[in-house]
Amino acid sequence: MFLITEKRALAPKVSLMKVKAPYVVKHAKPGQFVILRVEENGERVPMTITEANRVDGTITIIFQEIGATTFKMNQLNAGDYLHDFVGPLGRASELEGLKKVAVVGGGVGCAIAYPVAKALHDQGAIVHTIIGFRNKDLIFLEDEFNQCSDMLIVTTDDGSNGNQGFVTNALKKLLESGERYDEVFTIGPLPMMKFVSLTTKPFNIKTIVSMNPIMIDGTGMCGGCRVTVGNEMKFACVDGPDFDGHLVDFDEAIRRNQMYSPFEKRQLDENCNLLRGVKHD
Amino acid sequence: MINLSLKKNEMPLQDPKERINNFDEVSLGYSLEQAIDEAKRCLACKHKPCVKGCPVEIDIPRFIQKITQGEIEEAYQIIGESSSLPSVCGRVCPQETQCEELCVRAIKGESVAIGRLERFVADYHHNNKHLLIEHVQSNNHKIAVVGSGPSGISCAYDLAQLGYKVTMFEALHIPGGVLVYGIPEFRLPKEIVRTEIKTLQDLGVEIETNVIIGKTLSIEDLFEDGFEAVFIGTGAGLPKFMNIPGEMLNGVYSANEFLTRVNLMKAYHQSSATPIQMAKRVAVIGGGNVAVDAARCAKRLGAEEVSIVYRRSMKELPARLEEIEHAEEEGIIFKLLTNPVQIIGDEKGYVQSIECVQMELGEPDSSGRRRPLIKKDSNFIIEVESVIMAIGTTPNPLITSTTKGLDTNSSGCIITKDDSGKTSREMVFAGGDVVTGAATVILAMGAGRKSAHAIDMKIRSLNQK
Repeated sequence: MFLITEKRALAPKVSLMKVKAPYVVKHAKPGQFVILRVEENGERVPMTITEANRVDGTITIIFQEIGATTFKMNQLNAGDYLHDFVGPLGRASELEGLKKVAVVGGGVGCAIAYPVAKALHDQGAIVHTIIGFRNKDLIFLEDEFNQCSDMLIVTTDDGSNGNQGFVTNALKKLLESGERYDEVFTIGPLPMMKFVSLTTKPFNIKTIVSMNPIMIDGTGMCGGCRVTVGNEMKFACVDGPDFDGHLVDFDEAIRRNQMYSPFEKRQLDENCNLLRGVKHD
Repeated sequence: MINLSLKKNEMPLQDPKERINNFDEVSLGYSLEQAIDEAKRCLACKHKPCVKGCPVEIDIPRFIQKITQGEIEEAYQIIGESSSLPSVCGRVCPQETQCEELCVRAIKGESVAIGRLERFVADYHHNNKHLLIEHVQSNNHKIAVVGSGPSGISCAYDLAQLGYKVTMFEALHIPGGVLVYGIPEFRLPKEIVRTEIKTLQDLGVEIETNVIIGKTLSIEDLFEDGFEAVFIGTGAGLPKFMNIPGEMLNGVYSANEFLTRVNLMKAYHQSSATPIQMAKRVAVIGGGNVAVDAARCAKRLGAEEVSIVYRRSMKELPARLEEIEHAEEEGIIFKLLTNPVQIIGDEKGYVQSIECVQMELGEPDSSGRRRPLIKKDSNFIIEVESVIMAIGTTPNPLITSTTKGLDTNSSGCIITKDDSGKTSREMVFAGGDVVTGAATVILAMGAGRKSAHAIDMKIRSLNQK
C-alpha cells in the first residue's frame, strides 16, 4: 500500500497527488511513468511522473478525471492509500546536449511537459513553452511553467484567457517568424501531437512525442501498447514512451486507444451510480 | 497386492457442457479410494526408472508406496524433500513425456498416474493438515531472488530451508509469475498458488511485489543493499508477433496480453475493472499449451467459434495431449496445416477476418519436426473478430540491458556456465525460461533448485577462506 501525502485540485477535474514511493524515486527521470492500481481488482493505469522528490521520497502525478479509475482516484485524499504503485517505467526523455527547445503541451499533457521543460531549463537550455487548454478555468501549472520558460504562450480554444487559438497556430507563428529549435517536444492528446508533428515537418525540426497507449504490465510483457513507428512495431512501455513524431502512425494509435471506449463508458456510469446513488440511463 | 488394471483410474472431470460456462477447475481430483487403488498399480521397481524422468528427482515409488498404506502426509513429506510446488506440478507437468513415459507399466498398458497421485497428495495435505513449519536457524546471509515464478519459488524455497535470508522481488502486483498471469484458473486454481506462496512466506521468505529489477532497482543496487548473491528467474515474458500485415488492428492480442487480462486482471469477473474484447469468433495462432489455454479462455468468455490455427499437423502439435482432448471436448476447432498470411480489418480498424494458406509437411528441419511448406494457390479466408498470437515468447531484456557483464546469447537468453546457473557475473545466477527460452514449470523448478545449491556452496566456500 502506498500513502498519499498530498492531494489538491489544480483545475476542475484535474488533480495533483503526491505518493510515498521511495523505491520509485531512486532512479526516476523526466519522461518516465508509473503504473498504479487504486484498489484490489482495480485496473493497472499508467501515469507519467511529474516530479520525483529524493528528499521526502514522494512521486508527484497529475491526472484528469476521465474514466472509472481516475474518478475513483479523485475521491481519495491525503492519508488514503493506493493499492499498488510501480516504476519508474519506460525510457527517460533524451535531453542531453539540447540548447534551444520548444515544449508544447495540451490539457493534462502539460503535467508531463512540465518536468521536461524544467529539466531543460535546469541544464541551461532556452525553453519556449506553448501550453493549450479548452478554457481559462482549466489552466494549471502556469506559474511553474513561467519559472522555467524563456517564453511562455498560453492558448485557449475559446479565447477566454484573451489568447484564442490552438497550440499548433502559436507554434507555426513562431516557426514562420524565424525561430528555430534543436527539438520540439510535445505532449498532449494524440490528435494534438499529430498536428504538432505535421506543423514542424516542413521546417524539418526533430519532434518528440510522448505516447500514452493502453497497457497492462508496462514491462514489455503484454504488447498491448504497440505503436507503429517508421513502419516498425514498437512497445511504448519499453521502447518509449518518447518517439519521433514524424515517424509515428497517429491514425492507427488513435484507433487503438478507442478499443475499449464503450466498456470505459459503461464502467464509469456504474461507478457514478454506485458512488452518487443516482440512477440515470 | 498389485492392481493389475492396464488403465489408469480415470480423472473425474467437470462436464464439458458445464465447464465452458465457468472458470472453475476442469479436473476434480482423485478421492482417497481412487488414489489408493491407483497407487497399487505401482510395481515399486528397485531401479526406479520414473525418477530419472523427473527434473527435480522426486522419489516417486517411495511416495506412492506411502499412499498404498494410506499414509498421505508421509507421502507429502517425501515429495517435499525434492519439490516446492507439488500441487502445481501435479496439475501442469507434462508427466507423459517425463516420469510416466519411463514407467514400467507403460510398456503394456498405461503408466501409473504419477501426476494425478502427486496432485492428490498435495491437495490432501493442504486440506487436512496445517504444517507447523520448523524454523530453520538463520545463517544471516542475504540472497535476492528476482522473479516469483516457478524457478524463483523453487530457488527461494531451497535457500530458505538452508537458513538463508531470502527476499524475492516481483514486478507485478501479485507473486507467482506465469502461474498467476499465464496459466488459467480452470487448469491451475489461483488459490493453490496462494497456498504455495504462503508456505514460502512461512519459511521466512520476504516477498516484495511492485519492484522491477532493472528499472526500480538495479542488480548493483541489490549488492549495495547487502545481498551476497542474486538469482535471476525472470522467465521468458516478451511476446512474439508474426510480422504479417494487420497485427496492429483492434482485436489482435498477444497470448500474453489476452491471458494476463483474463487470469491476472480477472477480466471475466464483473468486479474487475480491466476490460477484454468479447468476440464471437476467435482464432488462436500457434499450437502450444499457451495457445490451447487462450482458446479455452476465449470459449469461456462466450465466444461461439474458437479455432486453433497451427501450421503443422496434429502429430506435431506441441500442447499436452490431455489439454488437446479437453479442448476438443469443449468444442475448440483445430485448423491444422494452416498458416495466416495477413489479418484483414474493417473500415474502423477492427479485425474482420484472417487470410490463411494451407501447408504440407516436407523434410524434417533443425528441430527434427517436418518443415511446413506453403501449398501453392491455397489461400482462403477465416472470418473472425479476434486473433490471438500464441507463437512463443522470449526473455525480457530489462535486466540484461542494465547489468554490466551479464552475457546473453542471440535469443536474449542469459548464458550460464553449467547447470548450476552460474552466469558471467560473479555471484549472479540464473535459471528457468530466462536461460532456456520458454519451457515447462518443472524444468524451471529444477534449475532454481540447482542454483540454490550452487549459491549455498559458493557462499560456504567464501566464508571458509
